[in-house]
Amino acid sequence: MSERILEKLKILADAAKYDVSCASSGSNRKNNNKGLGNTGHGICHTYTSNGRCVSLLKILLTNFCIYDCAYCVSRKSNDIERAAFTVEEVVDLTINFYRRNYIEGLFLSSGIFRDADYTMERLVRIAKLLRTEHRFNGYIHLKSIPGASDELMYEAGLYADRLSVNIEIPTDRGLKLLAPEKDRKDMIRPMNYVKEGIIQNTEEKKIFARTPSFVPAGQSTQMIIGASGETDCDIMQSASRLYREFNLKRVYYSGYIPVSNDNRLPAIGSAVPLLRENRLYQADWLTRFYGFKVGELLNPSAPNLDADIDPKLSWALRNPAKFPVDINRADLHHILRVPGIGLISAKKIIAARRFQKLDWEHLKKLGVAVNRARYFVICRSREFERRNLSAMQIKQFILSGSQSKYLKDNPSQLSLF
Amino acid sequence: MMSLVYDGSWGGLLTCIFETYERKLQAVSVVRKQLYCPGFFNDCITVQADDRKAGRVLKGLRCNLSPAGFLGFYACYLSELPQMEEWLLAYTKLVFSLKNAECAFGNDTVLKVSQTARMVFRESHRMKGFVRFALTRDNIFYSEVEPDFNVLPLISGHFKQRFTDQQWLIYDKKRKYGIYYNLEEVTEVQFEPPSRVPAEHSGQIFAEPEMQYQKLWKEYFVSTDIESRKNTRLQLRHMPRRYWKYLIETRDQAPE
Repeated sequence: MSERILEKLKILADAAKYDVSCASSGSNRKNNNKGLGNTGHGICHTYTSNGRCVSLLKILLTNFCIYDCAYCVSRKSNDIERAAFTVEEVVDLTINFYRRNYIEGLFLSSGIFRDADYTMERLVRIAKLLRTEHRFNGYIHLKSIPGASDELMYEAGLYADRLSVNIEIPTDRGLKLLAPEKDRKDMIRPMNYVKEGIIQNTEEKKIFARTPSFVPAGQSTQMIIGASGETDCDIMQSASRLYREFNLKRVYYSGYIPVSNDNRLPAIGSAVPLLRENRLYQADWLTRFYGFKVGELLNPSAPNLDADIDPKLSWALRNPAKFPVDINRADLHHILRVPGIGLISAKKIIAARRFQKLDWEHLKKLGVAVNRARYFVICRSREFERRNLSAMQIKQFILSGSQSKYLKDNPSQLSLF
Repeated sequence: MMSLVYDGSWGGLLTCIFETYERKLQAVSVVRKQLYCPGFFNDCITVQADDRKAGRVLKGLRCNLSPAGFLGFYACYLSELPQMEEWLLAYTKLVFSLKNAECAFGNDTVLKVSQTARMVFRESHRMKGFVRFALTRDNIFYSEVEPDFNVLPLISGHFKQRFTDQQWLIYDKKRKYGIYYNLEEVTEVQFEPPSRVPAEHSGQIFAEPEMQYQKLWKEYFVSTDIESRKNTRLQLRHMPRRYWKYLIETRDQAPE
């Protein structure tokens, strides 16, 4: 091992870091063959200074690429250092990092060299080598290369735990503008193939218990936000379509990080839309775990999420008729919709109220954010909000009582004159 | 007021619980030997762990708690918090008298036990990630940790299943014991920890490629970071500074 590997790792980890996904859960690979490793609940092994977890060794096989997508750091026209790992180098790094408990597995992506199949074949070969020769049972996340053949996708699915294709730009219009060489159909086809494969595999497993798993941790995708002028409504609708049509496990939203002087894109040095990204994730969670429909959170007349309050609170303020909710009677579905009550607190409330009527003190102890919830619930107490407050007033009260972590960094001072 | 003093072991605690029932003690406190300070008006009984008595309490707990609830009880014991015995004793009484008591989160004791268990589980989950093995010359993957709670019993199964084909040892510096896997089974080991090895001698202890992989990992940690998204507060929330000195990638920035 030499300095050269260190250098390659530097280049190819740096080029891979714009992929957000680092999940290592959802698969249940057992270590039955006296081999190395297993998968289960995701484990985060470290956190970088931007607070993101490191769970997988996330690298590109190479950052040589024949495409010239404006938003991508590895685009053909970009003057950067290029490098490529050999198959053995990736395998060696993965195994040795894994044995030292640095990682949960491998996240392997690649720039596209020569053509899609040629690239995909290399990725599959690495996964195969790990699984068969090294009896590696850790997590493997492979990127499906848009345009790869069905045979290769099938083989990839047998070795990988998760496959993903990045949609990158949420609207077709934006894609045409920023990546004219890429075709949406090429992205959709492998996704569709994997979806069908998973459905078929589940059916077969019911009949033959020993059927090998096919992409056990499912598929995910990623969208760049803030690069092509799309609204939150476009993004969320696109995401919900993906969840619905391809049974995706996750859609990741990645605030665009300026990497190009291209005038079609935000200039280098402009801020990453972190707050917007955060609100989109909140909305995503509401649709997946809290029973909200995208249409309830966003619609063409209000196409963007509120910046200063979270989407659930914003929904509650728009729908005063749904409140107050009685904590001691309402069903889970309604309790979940109260601002300040999360999934865990809601379940605890349901469990605890079988034994006694709950009051404010209980709610506080169970972990409910009472400063927000108090305007929307009643409980076993005579003290509750009686004033007939308008949505605007409630918003003001809540905002004055809390300090947003995003606003803290840029306080706007009133001028005196 | 009666104090039951025990040695801090799991069996000892269960035996103490048994004794409170056996002797029909009302005003009673259970204390670890290490924390016990005799009071003027206090009576004290030293309780020896007894397998039969402990077994009966264990059986009762298993019958009246769900598997998850029972694990929570055990995790609360592993927290080693000063009031842990008091909570668990009250909790046991509740569990034996009220059906499905583990869900009564409106009750302070139940809530306290479930919250403490959550804290312990959170740390045991963290430790599954924050253990860093280094390969020694005698072919053992060695790691040192210093968790707030005694989580080694909770993570040994995880490491045993995951690393079946390598010998490993995880040493808890705070509690001065470790768990060692010899390719067959995990055993508890006790030894005086090696004092901090100066960098120039590490070559004698660790295998040849070890330092290179550590260097690669450090490089990876830096390269995978995105400068324009810096959010140190979030990083610290997930990875508090007290863990940093045992992590290869952050060791250099760790507070002493």
